[in-house]
Amino acid sequence: MNTIQLQKDAAQAQQQAGGETICSITEVSKTYTGGFRALEAVSLDIEKGEILALLGPNGAGKTTLISIICGIVKSSGGTVTVDGYDVSRDYRQSRSLIGLVPQEINLEPFETVSNTVNFSRGLFGKPKDAAYIEKVLRRLSLWDKRNDQIVTLSGGMKRRVLIAKALSHEPRVLFLDEPTAGVDVELRKDMWEIVRALQADGVTIILTTHYIEEAEAIADRVGVIDKGRLLLVEDKTTLMQRMGTKQIRIELQDELTSIPDGLSHYELEIDNSGNALIYTYDPSGGRTGITSLFSDLKSAGLVLCDVQTHQSSLEEIFVDLIKAQT
Amino acid sequence: MNFHAVKAIYVFEMSRTFRTLLQSVVSPVLSTSLYFVVFGAAIGSRFAEVEGVSYGTFIVPGLIMLTVLTQSVSNASFGIYFPRFIGTIQEILSAPISSLEIVTGYVGAAATKSFLIGLIILATAHLFVPLRIDHPVWMLGFLVLTCLSFALFGFIIGIWAKNFEQLQLVPLLVITPLVFLGGSFYSISMLPPIWQKVTLFNPVVYLISGFRWSFFSEGDVSVSLSLAMVTLFLAICLGTIMWIFKTGYRIRN
Repeated sequence: MNTIQLQKDAAQAQQQAGGETICSITEVSKTYTGGFRALEAVSLDIEKGEILALLGPNGAGKTTLISIICGIVKSSGGTVTVDGYDVSRDYRQSRSLIGLVPQEINLEPFETVSNTVNFSRGLFGKPKDAAYIEKVLRRLSLWDKRNDQIVTLSGGMKRRVLIAKALSHEPRVLFLDEPTAGVDVELRKDMWEIVRALQADGVTIILTTHYIEEAEAIADRVGVIDKGRLLLVEDKTTLMQRMGTKQIRIELQDELTSIPDGLSHYELEIDNSGNALIYTYDPSGGRTGITSLFSDLKSAGLVLCDVQTHQSSLEEIFVDLIKAQT
Repeated sequence: MNFHAVKAIYVFEMSRTFRTLLQSVVSPVLSTSLYFVVFGAAIGSRFAEVEGVSYGTFIVPGLIMLTVLTQSVSNASFGIYFPRFIGTIQEILSAPISSLEIVTGYVGAAATKSFLIGLIILATAHLFVPLRIDHPVWMLGFLVLTCLSFALFGFIIGIWAKNFEQLQLVPLLVITPLVFLGGSFYSISMLPPIWQKVTLFNPVVYLISGFRWSFFSEGDVSVSLSLAMVTLFLAICLGTIMWIFKTGYRIRN
């Protein structure tokens, strides 16, 4: 599948989604001082209240895109608006709507949790609100650590502090740049719960990740970036149905050396062991051929021991997409 | 104007000062006291009066300037370099805050700290030598202007520096020699004529001269020239910072 077709499909999927746009990115490009072109005319509409996962290998341009939206990096071309406010011209309004959880653990090591979170709230132009900060700290299991210096916290707790800082000014759009990089499985699942809870509160969430299972677990839509180009943006379930394949593994009692004549018109392969048949089909199609296959298997005199199904993961779809570009 | 943001930066920076009180305040006060003991009491007692006052008293404005200049530069440069070094500058840059507000917060805190140190040194000097301040309002004015302009200069260094070595380079190799050769411990009229001309290229001469005038009504150059030079330096620093934020030099690219 070529890039143009993928982008057309992505645009069509967005139109079909029909949600209210909170962040609109139009033809944004970025060339760094050294000449490295990090983004190539990226266009994307982010819908209010959704969780969008931006997937891509290292150096794909995910962090650059987020940095441009948040005002950390200047774009070389294109426009970005957040709730209708241009991020360059109306930077005060647009930035006050955004919270950013950076990829690196960037924290003042000798400050206390409470001070650093209150600092962030003030920085974003909000007056002190002890009740709200307490709510955020409690939600992130940081309340008991509020008077501890950052340097004494574990890596996972530091990640939570970053989220608390990003939430301190009550943002409507939250960017999470690789939020679970390097954290253990338990904490990762905790983070996913936090993200889901924020979405339930109406916060729009954009997360970059190269953990495919993260996108698979929590995202509503998935965008794939590679070499500065947005290859697609699509509803996760639709994407997995459209580009994913499904397989049935049929364990047999007797070993097979070739596909029996009556089954040659099916997409069947013999497993390396010879004791199983693999049937690949398109789950999005109306007729999968499963009923007739099982009927023909019986007619061919094959005795079945077990049946297993397998669906392509987002990871397999992602790898196929990136391979198609190279 | 995002007052909450300016206040947040200012309070955050000042709390760092109070957290590191020993190195922030005690250290400069102690080293200045040593200058008074050595130059004022031990060596100074053998000198004749300079410009109508004892040598110990004469060096008070110069000593205050020496500390205030180095503290203003190092406080402001560290204040902005440290967030760059640990990456917290990203949060500042992504906040709804203008360049002017960022500078006001950081430079305001650095200038406040060095201003307070200047006043503490003045009080300390009073313990060692008899003091008179002929023009106290001008004295405070010169002190504020110097703190502000050199804190701005420090802010520029903090943006320019790529590592801690460069951060130390300018205060050590530029500021300290200029202050020592700018008349902190002597009147430039005591130099040979040719060096009197050369030393006029040192901008610190004008600061110390103006500041000393506010104490003893005597200076190496006229007070209006001193004031003009401080204002010019302030304007150059402000212009440079405006250019830094306009181009994103070393912060947004």
